Formats: sequence, C-alpha cells, structure tokens
Amino acid sequence: MARSADVVVIGGGLHGCSTALHLALRGLRPILVEKDYAGRHASGVNAGGVRQLARHLAEIPLSIASMALWEKIEDLVGDDCGFVSHGTVLVAENEEELAGFRVRVEDLRLKGFTHEELIDRAELKRLVPAVADHCPGGVVSRRDGAADPFRTTQAFRKRAVEKGAEVLEGVTVTGLARAGSLWRVETSAGPIEAPKVVNAAGAWADRIAAALGEPVPLEVIAPMLMVTSRLPAFIEPVVILRGRKLSFKQLDNGTVVIGGGHLAVPYRDENRTVIDWTKLATSARTVWELFPAMRAATIVRAWAGIEARMPDDIPVVGPSATSEGVFHQFGFSAHGFQLGPGTGAVMAELVATGATNTPIDGLGIGRFKR
Amino acid sequence: MNAADLAPSYDLAVIGGGPAGLAAASLAARAGLSTVLFDENPGVGGQIYRGITSTPVTDRAILGEDYWAGAALSADAQASGALIVGGATVWSLDPQRIVGVSIDGKARMIEAERVIIATGAQERPFPVPGWTLPGVMTAGGAQTALKAQGLLPAGRTVIAGTGPLLWLLAAQILRAGGKIEAIIDTTPRGNWLRALLHLPDFVLSPYLAKGLKLLREVRAKAPVVRADRIAAVGTDRLSEVVFGLGDGERRIAADLLLLHQGVVPNVNLAIAAGATHEWNERQLCFQPVLDQDFGSSVPGIAVAGDGAGIAGGTAAAERGRIAAIAAVRALKPEATVPDPQTVRQRLQREEMGRAFLDWLNRPADRFRQPEGDTVVCRCEEVTAKQVRDMAAMGCEGPNQMKAFLRCGMGPCQGRLCGLTVTELIAKQRDTTPAEVGYYRLRPPVKPITLAELASLPISETERKAVER
Repeated sequence: MARSADVVVIGGGLHGCSTALHLALRGLRPILVEKDYAGRHASGVNAGGVRQLARHLAEIPLSIASMALWEKIEDLVGDDCGFVSHGTVLVAENEEELAGFRVRVEDLRLKGFTHEELIDRAELKRLVPAVADHCPGGVVSRRDGAADPFRTTQAFRKRAVEKGAEVLEGVTVTGLARAGSLWRVETSAGPIEAPKVVNAAGAWADRIAAALGEPVPLEVIAPMLMVTSRLPAFIEPVVILRGRKLSFKQLDNGTVVIGGGHLAVPYRDENRTVIDWTKLATSARTVWELFPAMRAATIVRAWAGIEARMPDDIPVVGPSATSEGVFHQFGFSAHGFQLGPGTGAVMAELVATGATNTPIDGLGIGRFKR
Repeated sequence: MNAADLAPSYDLAVIGGGPAGLAAASLAARAGLSTVLFDENPGVGGQIYRGITSTPVTDRAILGEDYWAGAALSADAQASGALIVGGATVWSLDPQRIVGVSIDGKARMIEAERVIIATGAQERPFPVPGWTLPGVMTAGGAQTALKAQGLLPAGRTVIAGTGPLLWLLAAQILRAGGKIEAIIDTTPRGNWLRALLHLPDFVLSPYLAKGLKLLREVRAKAPVVRADRIAAVGTDRLSEVVFGLGDGERRIAADLLLLHQGVVPNVNLAIAAGATHEWNERQLCFQPVLDQDFGSSVPGIAVAGDGAGIAGGTAAAERGRIAAIAAVRALKPEATVPDPQTVRQRLQREEMGRAFLDWLNRPADRFRQPEGDTVVCRCEEVTAKQVRDMAAMGCEGPNQMKAFLRCGMGPCQGRLCGLTVTELIAKQRDTTPAEVGYYRLRPPVKPITLAELASLPISETERKAVER
C-alpha cells in the first residue's frame, strides 16, 4: 500500500526544504525525501553568502524575490538563520577590471536593476579598510549579507514540518514512474504516490531527470572552503573577486571563511570529497596579496560540499519537458544558497497554480535538449 | 632539513617517529625502499620514548629500562638509511597518498607509494568538573615534561585516574625525588569481575611482574585512595581536589592535579585520509578497520602502533615491522625481509594480557559521560548539558552536533571531545557509539598558517595558466 501526498519533494537541501515549506504554507501536504539528512551536503556547508551581486541576468528575478524573504527570514521560519547584512563587495584588482565592472553596472541599470553600485577607491577603503592599497575600486550590493547555511537549512526543514510537511531522512529514492494520474516514487521506505513531484536532488538530480527521459549535462562539483581560527574583527562585508577565485568573509565569532570556487574531488556515491591543497594554496596566495593582515592567520579546517553545476552556470528551474506534474529545481552551480528562499516560493506557486509571475525564462530544462 | 629539499616522491612515507614508525622506517629502508619518516617533534621517540636522544634525565633508573629500550630503536632507524625529518608536521593525507607536510614554516606536498600512519595514541578525555582550570593537566603532559625537559611537577601534586601510565608516572616522579600528596584511584571495583576472565593470559604476559612491582613501589611512597567521583575546585586556578566514594567526601588542597584514564588511538589522520573505523567496546574508542598486515580500507595506507588499537610500545614496534614488510613485499618483492611469522609471534606475546588490562582499567561511565556544566569541548566551551539537550531534541550524530554547537570545531579538531560527544549522544539516544559514529574529520588535521599554505610550490597547471 503506497503512502500518498500532494507533492513529493526529492532532496532535503535548502531548496527542497524551502519548496516543502512554501507548499505547506499553501495548504498542500508535501513529503520530502532525503537520502542523508537535511543540509548534509552543499546546503549545509557552503560559504553562506547571501548575494545578489554579480548574478547572471536569468536568475536576477529569483535573486530579488529571495532577498525580500531573507530580509524577513525570522517571520518566515522562526529563526534569524544567522543572517547579517553588511553587503557584498566585488573588488577590482586593476583599472581594466574596474572598467569591465562599470559596463556591467550600467547595463544592469538600463535593464532596471539597481542593486549593484560602482564604488571608487575611497569608498572601497571605507567599506573594506583591510584591502590592499593597489585595488582601484569595485562594486557593492549593499543589501547583501551572509547567513549560517546549516542553521538556515534546518530552520526551513523545521518550519516545513511545523506547517504540515513530512520529512523522511535517511530514505533514498529508487525509482519514479507514472501510476495512472499519479506519480509513484519508489523509496527505501516504501512507495509514495502523488500528483506532483519536485526534483531538488542537487548533485544527484541528473539521475531523476534521466529516469524521465530528459538527461542533463550535470557536473558534480565540490567547491572548497577553509576557515581560520578567531581573529579580531577587521572586515564586515563579504568580499569577492572576479579575475581570481576568492570569496572572503569574517563571521561574528571572528573566524574567517575563505572560499571562491576552487574545487575538491567529489565522490558523490560515497558522500565524500578529497581536498585539493594545491588549489587552496592558490586561494591562500590571493588572500596573502589582498589582505596582508591575514598572513599569520591559522587555517583550522577545510571542507567541500557536493553539489551540481550546469554547463551554463545557471540552474534548472521549471516544469519537466517530458513529464506532466514533475518540476525541476537543481543545478545551482555553486551559488544557490541565496536563491533558496525565493526559488522555493516560486516553485510552490508553480506546482500549486501551474504558473508563476516571477520570470524564470531561460532556466528551463529544455535548453539542454539536443 | 628544509621542505624544499624533500624529494617529490618516496616509496614509503612513515608518519610518526614512535616505536611503530621507527621500526617500520628502519626495516623498509634496510630492504631498499626510499623511506621518509616525519615527526612533529624535534627528536624521534614518540610519546613513550619522548626525548630519547636528548633527555636531560640521565639517571636511567628514573625513567626505567622500558624507556631506554627506545634508544636502540632510534639508533637503528637513524642508521638504516631512512630520511628522518624532525619538526615536520603532517597536516594532510589523502587517499591518493599525497602527504601535506610543513617544516619550519614552509609547506610541501609529497607523494608516496605506501604510507604507514604511526601517529600512536593520545590520552582519553577525562571531563570531570573543573578539568579546564589552570593547575589541572594530563598525566601524559607531566610525563612529557619530565622526559623532555627533566621537569618535576611543582607544588602539592595529586594524581587521579586509572590505567598503567598513571602508576608509571607516579613511580617516575617519586624516583626523581618528587612528592605526591595522594593518588586517587578511580578504577571501578566492578571491573575486576570482567578482567579476571582474562587473568590466565595476563599471568603469562610480561605485564604481570612489571605491574605488581610498580604498584608496590608507588604504594610504599604515596598514599593511595579510591574514589568514584572527583572534581577540581578553585576560582582562578586549582585550589583543591574534591573526591568521594559512596557517601563519603574528602578534600585535598592541591596546586596540581594530574588526570589520566588511559590512552586511545589518535585517529585524526587516518579518518581524514578516508580509512574506515569501528568502535572497540573493550577499549571504548574508535580504531581503524585493518587487515592482518595493518593495511587500512584505503589502498596503500597502513596504520601501525597504538593508532591501530592500544597495545603498548613493544607491540607497536612489531606492528610497524609487519606493516613495513607488507610495503616491501608490494614494492620490492625481491628484497630480503625478516620472517613475518616470527614477528607475528612476538607481537602475539606482547598482546597477551592486554584484555585483562583493558577490562580492569576501563573508566567508569560517569568519567566518560559527564553531566551538567562540565565542559566537554574545551575549544568552543560546550558543556555536557548542551550536548545532552541537543541529543534529546533529536540531534543524531556528532557532525550535526558540530553544526549546532560548534563542538569539535576548534583548533584541537575534536581530539579532546570526540569520544565524549559520541558517548553522550549514544547514552542520551539509547543507542551505541558504533551507531552514532565519530566526527567526520578533515584536513588540515593540524592547524597550518595561511603563510605556510601560501608557500606551497605552485603547481604545473597553475603556472601554465598564469603564463598563458
């Protein structure tokens, strides 16, 4: 005897939990199936950047929708998720980079987006006093910030359950097939039948898509992060670079999280990653140059979370192209954390009503059809 | 020795220069393997033979003949042709056997065909009320100071706990002219029942005669009292030790409290390298799953010595030899090596009697599963109550606990709280430590500075990217 639900959400990352919450808020009964535990992978261990800055045009609407939710996150999930808003600063390392940034900011402005703001050397120094003197300026998105990723994912999970969602952890999806007008999701804890299914399976989402006859060129990646021991407070905004890979932020407890997208070697079937120290050394050299004050800092841990990257570096969000009632929400390509709250809301709207007012053109799975 | 002078690769890298590492490196180098041994201390010896080439304690009777056995092992390794590098901190080992090591502020990654992890044991956490007060330290720490610098404990000294090392340290302090106010023996009396089952093996082992002699020696010079609870008390630092048995309670004014309740494998490097570990119920600790040659679940990586499960220094050397023989046979089958069967027989003899000691010295539950405000994670100041409450609320494992409470996320990498957190979760959730598991540990297994990391030589691919 199969259990029944209104929607089966596959994957307990931030996106799956957010969608489950928003479905429950719409009065639907979702069951979320997670093979490990909520936030076990990238959602729980990412850098925690809540960033609108430097996003691909196609995902800016989702990012803006998310930002509105982040700013009242406690109302939504009953926990502040450690969210603090000190902005994100994209630092230009030379005049040529700054010129490129100027073009981008102008272009966004013409399209009606005003969250990115070009800053000169003086404003950069005011926002990030510790940055090396050779940097001529940058871009700031002042409403951006950072949050605690595991706490955020857990808060969404918890609130989803409080609002009527069921969350099955340690349960693996083993199959997916039509059963009359319903979808039958086979799991290690027995079958579940539901009219709608959301594929939020992250680095494992391609397997669901392939089972539906719409294979996607998903790459399994594991962006690396490292963290220092506690240092006196010296920087408030999150700092990112364009030319070289770096993201850099100091937490309230004084530790500094250094990331930026250098990749570990992922083993998704073993839930394991192997750190590549030669690449982290590159990050260390970048920090060495940009933040001289950091040279004596001690690195106490390094880690990587497994997730999915699409070839065009933007996610797959929208209905399946082959299977009525199935929706995709994966492939956030190392920048999905900020998008979690808003994309869950949009996805729930899409599932419940069949449409959404938030533009998600350009994110459909059809773009990979040959 | 500079990091830059290391070769890019070796046949065998041995990590740790205690008995297992020294014996392994010596055997492998003599069989013709290019062998490097890294030890984070300036001199070899590990904890058991700490300072063996440099100790200022020249009266051999003080540290005892078992200590001086390390001199031969060290000399043998030095003469073997192995490259022995002191002051070398290994902070990473991955499943492809790439070793990250720092020497004098500079880092290098080197490759090895085989790796023998010989990082030995560490003291079991002893989380009693007040154990974080200045004036409270581990017996092992005091022993290190005695061996390496010839330092005796200063002020009124109390030693508390259980296990052979406790008695050995007491004897060494007394022989060197030190004074001990009291030895508080926390060995639960009930342990004898279980231990007696293993008495026959123990009687035949070398431990019995040594052990009895040591106990007699210590009891003749220092008062020994039993206790089933203990607390360190003081405002800014230790002022007295409060302990009791049953209804009774006693207080001893003290300047120094040395705590010890046995040693457990130092698992950080092996776990970070991806080796599968299992719970050892007798020794109440995690240990790597190993084959008969001490090979771990990761191909090419072996764990020898006490890191493979506690068996003591002499057994550690034999285990190192067995692991080294396997490395030689894999890489250089034509080389002459000692007959492994003979080594195995010697090892078996050394391991006899271990079961008796383990069961006898098994620390009581309350000394492993603290309550209330007793600190569990010293780095992040997380209490027993916080861990218990979080487990009761549904937190199923140490890795989620890390995310909620930050326990295990400080510079010690969980060494001082890992077992306690696992046991508390198991207790609170009415399951077993085996089910709960241990921290997922990641490199760097020892902290490394940003400057050290930045000093890693630039890789070929990166150089090409820059040139293009």
